[in-house]
Amino acid sequence: MQDLSLHLLDLAQNSIAAGASLIRISIDEDGQRDRLKIIIEDNGRGMDEVAAKRATDPFYTTRTTRKVGLGLPLFIATMERCQGSVTIKSTVGKGTALRAQCSLAHIDRPPFGRLDDTISTLILCNPEIDFEYHHKTDSGEFKLDTREVRKTIGEIPIHHPEIISWIQSYIGEGLNEINGGVQ
Amino acid sequence: MKTLKELEEIRQRTLESVNLRKDRTGTRVVVGMATCGIAAGARPVLMAFVEEIRNRKLQHVTVTQTGCIGVCRLEPMVEVYLPGEEKVTYVKMTPEKVKRVVAEHLVNGQVVREFTIGAEEKVE
Repeated sequence: MQDLSLHLLDLAQNSIAAGASLIRISIDEDGQRDRLKIIIEDNGRGMDEVAAKRATDPFYTTRTTRKVGLGLPLFIATMERCQGSVTIKSTVGKGTALRAQCSLAHIDRPPFGRLDDTISTLILCNPEIDFEYHHKTDSGEFKLDTREVRKTIGEIPIHHPEIISWIQSYIGEGLNEINGGVQ
Repeated sequence: MKTLKELEEIRQRTLESVNLRKDRTGTRVVVGMATCGIAAGARPVLMAFVEEIRNRKLQHVTVTQTGCIGVCRLEPMVEVYLPGEEKVTYVKMTPEKVKRVVAEHLVNGQVVREFTIGAEEKVE
């Protein structure tokens, strides 16, 4: 994966596959303490302890098209080489929370990449799922909640090209304002 | 700075053009979005489809995702379903190729043979 936004897009697929109806993505760039925190939470079907442990094993996957599952292992490797770690908490029937943290200024930390593209792609492809995106930096906060967007657009489907394009630039401008996701 | 108020304007503007029927007769563009697809560049391909469809104001075309299609080495892969026609699978897609697929296949109904999995397998 070239950047963190692609990791996020990939990790969110796990929540989607778990049948989540709400996915929360939060990013906290704490420059003062040199920490980057990333949380992905969902209300999907969750995993029992055994499955949660195996999820980090590259040779474990629930898919049937091939024998490896690299999404999570690749992300863990990325975090760990930046003095970071990843924890997964999951409860069957309730959902899964993935928490990651690493050094923000670490030389090996990949750039954030196009977070606006990642979030709008997720919304476009999963119109039945609600997304909450929260991004915090030392200079401010940005929030997007698809439930609020839905309230405003009424009967227009959220994956309408005009709406997706608005969401994409809304995120882009919002992140710009707080200097979030700066490469 | 963009505001939710703009969304209200977009809503008014798009309302009349939106087909509110939830029928499945439209064209579907499905992009492979598993780890293999994403790492190979599926996201820019998908965004390119959205942009082209928006620019050309194509109605009845939906863009969506699927998991691993199974031939990871040919990612990014895109499946196009036209109503009443067989599925067409495009491989090793790029945003540039998307423009041609939209113009030739989605608009004019002509499959871009050279980008299909069939053409790729022959070369190999």
